[in-house]
Amino acid sequence: MSTASATVEPRVRRPRRRRATGAQVLKYAALLFAALVVLLPVYVLLVASFKTGAEAEPSRAWALPDVWSLDAWRQAWNGEQYGLLPFLENSFKLVIPATLISTFLGSLNGFVLSRWRFPGADLVFLFLLFGMFIPYQAVMIPLTQIFIDVDFPEGIPRLVFAHIVYGIPITTLIFRSYYATIPEDLIEAARMDRAGMLRTYWSVVLPVSAPAFVVTAIWQFTSIWNDFLFAVFIVDDPEQWPVTVALNNTTGSFVTPYNVQMAAALIASLPTLVVYILLGRYFMRGLMAGALKG
Amino acid sequence: MTKIRRWGPGLLLVSPSIFLVAVFVYGLIGWNVKVSFSDWRQAQETSGFDTSAYAELFPADTGEVGEFAGAVVTGDQPESLSTDPAWIIDLHHALLFTLVFVLGALLMGAVLAFLLDKGVKGEGFFRAVYLFPMAVSFIAAGVVWRWLMNPAPGNRSTGFNLLFDKLGLDFLRNEWYLGTDWGAAALAIPAVWALSGYIMALYLAGFRGVPEELREAARMDGASEWRVYRHVVFPHLRPVTLSALIILGHISIKVFDLIVAIGGKQLITQTPAVYMWILIYDARDYAKGAAIATLLLVGISVLVVPYLLYTVRSERRV
Repeated sequence: MSTASATVEPRVRRPRRRRATGAQVLKYAALLFAALVVLLPVYVLLVASFKTGAEAEPSRAWALPDVWSLDAWRQAWNGEQYGLLPFLENSFKLVIPATLISTFLGSLNGFVLSRWRFPGADLVFLFLLFGMFIPYQAVMIPLTQIFIDVDFPEGIPRLVFAHIVYGIPITTLIFRSYYATIPEDLIEAARMDRAGMLRTYWSVVLPVSAPAFVVTAIWQFTSIWNDFLFAVFIVDDPEQWPVTVALNNTTGSFVTPYNVQMAAALIASLPTLVVYILLGRYFMRGLMAGALKG
Repeated sequence: MTKIRRWGPGLLLVSPSIFLVAVFVYGLIGWNVKVSFSDWRQAQETSGFDTSAYAELFPADTGEVGEFAGAVVTGDQPESLSTDPAWIIDLHHALLFTLVFVLGALLMGAVLAFLLDKGVKGEGFFRAVYLFPMAVSFIAAGVVWRWLMNPAPGNRSTGFNLLFDKLGLDFLRNEWYLGTDWGAAALAIPAVWALSGYIMALYLAGFRGVPEELREAARMDGASEWRVYRHVVFPHLRPVTLSALIILGHISIKVFDLIVAIGGKQLITQTPAVYMWILIYDARDYAKGAAIATLLLVGISVLVVPYLLYTVRSERRV
């Protein structure tokens, strides 16, 4: 986690008034201890994933590997029995279109609901927003039924559709709060020039939207990649499983050697972890938006 | 007419989303409620109205509904009315899980934010570490936590139990999530691990939102640093605490992935959302699955709807 400094923000540091007192030492000790506890599972994952099958026995579980081996990684990556590679492909086939489309929809909605408002726009926003908090279990049975009834293409396409629809509230929310910070003058000026809605969106709003696109896309990427609930209800065909379902299937059986389980968990988490490490600051902003205006 | 020309296009642009949400959120919720009141309890859907699914989820002491339900469930013995025992267990689990998870994450988050609030070297690093579990799926996290909290005895011990043995803390050994009484509390530990960083970030933003002049003024009046927090900063954090409670509460009510990843389908770790899944997939009891889903929705709505209304209203006031 050495690259985690990606989220360091420039900060005005006040001149320090005191020497390191006992309280200071205690504070750092507590912070460090908490960091170690949070990272403990990562240690376990890494250490176990680099062990050979022979070494992966319980009594030595906390120790570093004697022989560092990539065997478990290889098995979890594309091994015959436990390989996750095809499922990673499925996840990408799911996440990329779903993220792009739902982010774009959110941008349009957010623009209209904050800067090109119509009577009742706030009510419409509230109407959409509720969809963010529902337990998706409450729509799951009819949803699977409706897919069958209309003969929707099976597997990944169904998941893409579901994530787009149920992503509308959060993406709209993030963009709406972001666009609310664009100076009204900018929009008014465009209106004075008799620019229509789409033109205003295209030439005034879109060019300044990059940060909101990044925040929203990261949010959607992470939550869709990590989703298990929709996938397990909607995708019946094992060949179309996204990686979370495949991972749960591999690791759910105690037959799978635990070094392979750990390597598999790491592989399945790598894409979101990479995004987090590289773009952590934007990730954080998405989180804050998710808390409404905390 | 000119007015419509002004806002018409906007409404048009949003209308696909309104339509999708109307159908797939509100419409399907309605449909789900309908299923929950149907007699679709085996492979075949029929059209009858039937409250038997709910009757099994509520203590059915007496009354027609209960008797009817009993008759449906047991075939022909209307006397043996009782609530589904698995459901009762689920509720206990949910309650204990919620208690440990919500309080744990709230406390951890607040303490970490408090420690980070004032000029800590490497604040960005600490924040990034505390927050990183949010980027990991519950399924992946569950793999490692299941191993950490493995209750296997003797020389098959792993995880924490093994660590305790090695550190000479054997008395701390326990059954973790397979404990009959406290299993759900153990399940809440990884959830606290996952969400504490998020709550920390919320509180940190809250701390930073307190105007420095207010703190300074209190210091001028000779208040100690602790009293500044006690009387100036903490009162400002009430809205943050409310948000955090709502977020944690609604995650808790619908917790699913984490439980499946750690405990699978065992009754000893089962929560309402997991039971719903089992009912649909294994028992093909759609009405009861839908009934549980409806109850989850009701539980969350009670929590969220007032909060949403309050937030939007206060936003408008600003």
